[in-house]
Amino acid sequence: MERIPILRMGRLLLVTIQVDMHDRLAMALQDDLTERIVKDRARGVLIDISALDVVDSFIGRMISNTASMARVLDARTVVVGMQPAVAITLVELGLTLDGVRTALNVERGVKLLESESD
Amino acid sequence: MTSAHTQQLTVILKQHQQSLLENWLTTLTSKLGRKEKSGEFEIRRQAEQFLSLLVRTLESGAGSDTDGNDWADVRHLLGEVSRTRALQGFSSLDTASFVFALKEPLFDHLRNTLGEQPAQLAQEIAATSALFDKLGLYTIEVHQKAREQVILRQQQELLELSTPVVQLWQNVLALPLIGTLDSARTQVVMESLLQKIVETGAMIAIIDITGVPTVDTLVAQHLLKTIAAARLMGADCIISGIRPQIAQTIVHLGVNLEDVTTKATLADAFMIALRKTGSRVTVQNTEQ
Repeated sequence: MERIPILRMGRLLLVTIQVDMHDRLAMALQDDLTERIVKDRARGVLIDISALDVVDSFIGRMISNTASMARVLDARTVVVGMQPAVAITLVELGLTLDGVRTALNVERGVKLLESESD
Repeated sequence: MTSAHTQQLTVILKQHQQSLLENWLTTLTSKLGRKEKSGEFEIRRQAEQFLSLLVRTLESGAGSDTDGNDWADVRHLLGEVSRTRALQGFSSLDTASFVFALKEPLFDHLRNTLGEQPAQLAQEIAATSALFDKLGLYTIEVHQKAREQVILRQQQELLELSTPVVQLWQNVLALPLIGTLDSARTQVVMESLLQKIVETGAMIAIIDITGVPTVDTLVAQHLLKTIAAARLMGADCIISGIRPQIAQTIVHLGVNLEDVTTKATLADAFMIALRKTGSRVTVQNTEQ
């Protein structure tokens, strides 16, 4: 079964979503991510969605949930690389991802997490 | 019956075409007043064309259904007349009277011809009147549509003109809003702001609402939507240019702007933005 790769960068984890999400994939990602956060003692998680042209309410909720799970394990989540069209769609859907940090790209996201953990 | 009426009408139109035209033109130009003396030639041309087309259409045995194919040529001419008039700024009344003014001279001729048969005269007048009413209403409809197109085009131009996104500083954008925010405009504002955020990598966007005349709940909601979208792209928003009156309105309406940084002037907002991005502006002392 296909899985979404989780890369480690120091004490940060980078998740790049490039394929269409569905229930099983989302569950697998949440399983893997929570395990890796504990194993690697990660302080922050970067979710890169720059490759997604379409984000529906399902993915929106999945991201929110994943961020909450990471939060419980004391890791901050930053969603990076959202396309303008995706941002507009999410706002129109009423999904403003409250409680999730956002940044323009991975570089900015790393800076944001580093400045917070100091 | 209807064919009999139109036959009578056709005969009159054909026999008295020239005198009808002259009478008609007198009415038209007198109604026109001094406004457009140069337009007289144009009106004469249009009137001549209309009359000859009308005769041809009636001769070909067209019924009273002006929406039908038989009347396509007449409709086309009338459409052209009302369109040009709409663009020249004539009112719909002026446009419609182009057709209605022909009724009077036509009725005169009908009276002269059928003066001895009042019953038939009444029928003729009713049928003719109905026909010209339809044509007149058609011109009004076209006129209205032409005006709507003009308004639509102007709206689009206004939309494009009124949403500039400017870069004030490295990582700082400003979005001076002028005019009311409706949903169509919010969409354009949002798109251009987000596009600019991607292009410049800006971290702060200042939305200046000095030029927004009123802020009601809908406008506030549109503002909040724009801010939420910018936040999803990793940019913080500051609202500036809030006039005292508007501050009062916002509170009275119960709009929640607690989570948004707000400043009274663009200058204050700019200072905040500089501080957040780690830049500083100092005044150089030149007196030393």
